[in-house]
Amino acid sequence: MATLSLHNLVKAYGKTEVLHGINLDVADGEFVVFVGPSGCGKSTTLRMIAGLEDVSGGEVRIGGAVVNHLEPKDRNIAMVFQNYAIYPHMSVRKNIGFGLRTAKMPKADKEKRIEEVAAILSMTEYLDRKPAQLSGGQRQRVAIGRAMVRDPAVFLFDEPLSNLDAQLRTQMRLEIKKLHQRVGTTIIFVTHDQVEAMTMADRIVIMKDGHIQQVGTPAEVFHQPANAFVAQFIGAPSMNMLQGRITADGIEVAGRVIARKTPGAVGSAVTVGIRPDDLRVTPDAGSFAGRVSVLEPLGAETLAYVDIGGQEVVARADGRTPPPLRAQVHLTVDPANLHLFDAEGVAIR
Amino acid sequence: MTEIRASSAALMQTRAAKGPRDPWSVLRWTLLAMGAIVMVMPIVYMLSASIKYPFEMYDLNIIPKEPTFENYTYVLSDGRFLRWFGNSFLIATLTTLSAVFFDALVGYALCKFTFRGRTFVFIAILSTLMIPTEMLVIPWYLMSKSFGWLDTYWGIMFPGIMTAFGTFLMKQFFETVPDDFLEAARIDGLNEFQIWWSVALPLVTPALSALAIFIFLGNWTAFLWPLIVTNSAELYTLPVGLTTFSVEQAVEWELIMTGAALATIPTLIVFLVFQRYIIRGVAMAGLKG
Repeated sequence: MATLSLHNLVKAYGKTEVLHGINLDVADGEFVVFVGPSGCGKSTTLRMIAGLEDVSGGEVRIGGAVVNHLEPKDRNIAMVFQNYAIYPHMSVRKNIGFGLRTAKMPKADKEKRIEEVAAILSMTEYLDRKPAQLSGGQRQRVAIGRAMVRDPAVFLFDEPLSNLDAQLRTQMRLEIKKLHQRVGTTIIFVTHDQVEAMTMADRIVIMKDGHIQQVGTPAEVFHQPANAFVAQFIGAPSMNMLQGRITADGIEVAGRVIARKTPGAVGSAVTVGIRPDDLRVTPDAGSFAGRVSVLEPLGAETLAYVDIGGQEVVARADGRTPPPLRAQVHLTVDPANLHLFDAEGVAIR
Repeated sequence: MTEIRASSAALMQTRAAKGPRDPWSVLRWTLLAMGAIVMVMPIVYMLSASIKYPFEMYDLNIIPKEPTFENYTYVLSDGRFLRWFGNSFLIATLTTLSAVFFDALVGYALCKFTFRGRTFVFIAILSTLMIPTEMLVIPWYLMSKSFGWLDTYWGIMFPGIMTAFGTFLMKQFFETVPDDFLEAARIDGLNEFQIWWSVALPLVTPALSALAIFIFLGNWTAFLWPLIVTNSAELYTLPVGLTTFSVEQAVEWELIMTGAALATIPTLIVFLVFQRYIIRGVAMAGLKG
């Protein structure tokens, strides 16, 4: 186990800079998830930590030591790849033990270690099989086993669940989380799936265009997003964004004024964010009135898309008694649950 | 249900239409049969001639009137033949091992490493494919003469220790090996040679097998360069040695054909051995899905 620090980390390909000074401190044993859209630089950052990409500027420290110029094998890290990258010509046993090839330890100890890891991953009975004889989930376990066997200081996961089907992904998500609780190794996990990020992370790092947008616990990034991008990226369905204006009495949105103390000059424009969970559909008079344009039944709940004064918002309604399609409804929101963003998209608190 | 029945009937009709009575099918099979005959006839003639007496040699009959294995006895008991056979085997084997090793090594470097001049090197290697062997033998000969390689095993082998075709083939196959495999091995502590040897090479076994077959056959049947570079009969390869059965007064076709028939045996063995690996290689799978 070890701490990990990124200090002003920069990556450039020729004159094109793709990472613009990343700063992050990861505590010993912490599970940190990098999340963001494609091309945001999360995988590049991970590969720089692994030593698979050169560092153009700044520092990567593992366990306090600068590792910028160390080979991947000398960084005491292990990585699980999106495509598993388990060797098809080797058995599960050889795949898991591959990382011990260069380790100076007796053969019996290596075998014991392989058996231990296989037992943790419930792969003991498959040790003599080839990867072609395994399912996708089992292959992923082998890849994790190969990373675990060396007992690294830091685990790096590069979108390891993205090739699995939805059910298996949920199962593996849980298994990785349990594994972390069991071994306690520092984990850096890259994903573009915000549900994975929310469910697994101790802290989430949200990235966009080579910049960190926010670092925080799942609750912090969900309830106190630093900016409009984070607010919309985290949470499904996305946060509703409405154009509003600060008035003397509160905030004017979609023709209604919601009473709430707001810093900022009267008359200035703001973006008002409302989570679909915070909008309640009521038949009585509420904050907004509108017509239901689309319904998406999800079982326990139904997502209702409501047109309010030319702006469409989505609200969660009860799955058993959803509002009828094209019905005139009212939406209420607790003013305390409004998220306000200035013209640059920065949160107003 | 009606739709399923209708489509089954349509499928049966299609199959019936593609049956042996289909005129296109007849034409296809006829063309294939003709192609097969053209391919097989020289082999059949060679085998037939190898069991004929000299007086029957110019008859076109496939089955000899008086079949004999005396030619085989004669050729196999002639020490020169076994020597040439051994020479060819040694040279073809060593050259194949060398070419497969270096072609795969260079192909891998050109495919997986980024360095200044990589494209230029690749194009330069490829451009040598455009030069016919007949043009290369002069510089090869001058080089051999300068270094004292004339009439030596090394002189016969050196032009084939690495091939442009093999480098190109291996580079193309290494393109199909995902970088994740190599990076995983890099993190696991292997050096670049170990990664190539333990991870990349086993993933391109089909290409290695195909290349080994091509190179072995090419060297086993090579004639022009071994003929030029060798003077001593004990250094002759089999194709060169067989020409000694043809002298000014007569051509001993039955002995040449016998020698040629015996010469096909190693090539068949090589093909059968490596073909197994080609199929096994194709069947391997390791990535997602």
